Amino acid sequence: MQIYLPIAEVSVNAFLLLGLGGLVGILSGMFGVGGGFLMTPLLFFIGIPPAVAVATEANQIVASSFSGVLAHFKRKTVDLRMGVVLLIGGLVGAAIGVQVFAALTAIGQVDLLVKLCYVVFLGIIGGLMFFESLNAIRKARAAGGAVAVPKRRQRGWIDALPFKMRFRTSGLYISVIPPLLVGLFVGVLAAIMGVGGGFIMVPAMIYLLGMPTKVVVGTSLFQIIFVTGFATLMHATTNFTVDMVLAVLLLVGGVVGAQIGARIGTRLKAEQLRILLAVMVLAVCGKLAFDLLVMPSELYSIGAGAAH
Amino acid sequence: MRRMGQTLVGLAALLAVCLPLRAETVVAGLSRDAINITANFVGSEILIFGAVERDAPSPEGDLEVIITIEGPSQPVSVRRKDRRFGIWVNAASIEVDEAPSFYAVSTTGPFDEALSQVEDLRHHVSISRAIRAVGVGVEHPEEFTNALIRIRESEDLYQTIEGGVTLRNETLFDTSIRLPANLVEGDYRTRIFLTRGGEVLDVFEQDIAVRKVGLERFIYNLAHERPLVYGILSLAIAIAAGWLASAVFRYIRA
Repeated sequence: MQIYLPIAEVSVNAFLLLGLGGLVGILSGMFGVGGGFLMTPLLFFIGIPPAVAVATEANQIVASSFSGVLAHFKRKTVDLRMGVVLLIGGLVGAAIGVQVFAALTAIGQVDLLVKLCYVVFLGIIGGLMFFESLNAIRKARAAGGAVAVPKRRQRGWIDALPFKMRFRTSGLYISVIPPLLVGLFVGVLAAIMGVGGGFIMVPAMIYLLGMPTKVVVGTSLFQIIFVTGFATLMHATTNFTVDMVLAVLLLVGGVVGAQIGARIGTRLKAEQLRILLAVMVLAVCGKLAFDLLVMPSELYSIGAGAAH
Repeated sequence: MRRMGQTLVGLAALLAVCLPLRAETVVAGLSRDAINITANFVGSEILIFGAVERDAPSPEGDLEVIITIEGPSQPVSVRRKDRRFGIWVNAASIEVDEAPSFYAVSTTGPFDEALSQVEDLRHHVSISRAIRAVGVGVEHPEEFTNALIRIRESEDLYQTIEGGVTLRNETLFDTSIRLPANLVEGDYRTRIFLTRGGEVLDVFEQDIAVRKVGLERFIYNLAHERPLVYGILSLAIAIAAGWLASAVFRYIRA
């Protein structure tokens, strides 16, 4: 069944969109990630204009994160104070990101930037996650299944920074500068890459800020909802690129898929899940890198021109 | 008698050059003058038909009919990738001032025989003439416009159909042109050229209005006229859907 998307101005198969939403939803439910880093490149691939794909994906992430954050609020695993600090940085970052996106669209380099961002970040995160999970599995085998006790966070340069604040839920007393910067960075990426940024924020919160793992996911979801919501509004009011019909089709598939994925995820071990996710992240990264390195079959591309 | 006929033809030709008197004119119709883009729009087929009216017996030379449909023009930029630091990035580019979003040209015979170069220049009939580009700063601007045509042809947005028009007894003609699903809104100009020996005898023009209707219209208008309301509505739908899904699945599990 073909459906004409009113903002993207292309006709696509509705079941294809539902299927894509469902597939990415299953993966995001299994791994607890937003799935934006998979969905946005897939939308490019089926012919949705990049500007519409990025803006609409931001809208869809709001939907997929909302049900997640509700569950975390119920379990009291959201550090609201930390969330607000991350959010302030995130909103500033998203505003900058939307401007950068518009400027690069004008000179025709937005595709390159988005792809390079994907290759670099997916490569780093995927690689780290892959080796860490391998080590974890090896250690677990060597120790006969004993769970490794997390090391106490080492005191370093972060503790030397001013403007300290107490984050009771996380049990931290640290400067607000690192979380502000993490939020800012993720906000920029959210606007440029059409992702929630959880895959950057979660490692940063654990390893950089030293937050306890149990509050990390809920707090990052809290920040993601507001930042992607804000990015959606920015894209809708400045670029008119949010396609409501596309968003609804994706999120119907996505929210159903996420519930199924969460069910599958509980049956797998954490290390196995992480290795699978790492492999997937590296596969997307590899595909994008390959496209940049190999001579494309069509050297020319058409973009919207500047009106004279 | 034959001599007189030739004189008449000569006279008619002379008159055609001197006066705006037209010995042969075209009357035509379209199967539809409006196309509605609805949610399940999959493209559309337009049937164009008509007849040649003439006051005198047909003169010598082959009568040809050329039919074009042209979508709204937009400025576009065409970019070429180059290898920089080992990766392929957009490098050189040209700005095309006017490129039709859709362009189909259908003819009775080979295009070069149906229309002379001069007439093509005057009326902008062929695809390459319908595109108006000033190539500044690049060596071979025609490579860029050729690429534009090639890419849009592969998406069925540009079509050249030689022999697509059927002409019967030098009088009745018809053709059908397929409009793809990824159409841009606007007035699509349809032109019918009557040519003999490459010279244009008569032109017929009519517009086809391509419009979004119903839900498509509503969403598009809302997005452009009240972007903030539209953005908030999009978020509200997203949040409601996210909440509903988790509620439904909780209910199923319970």
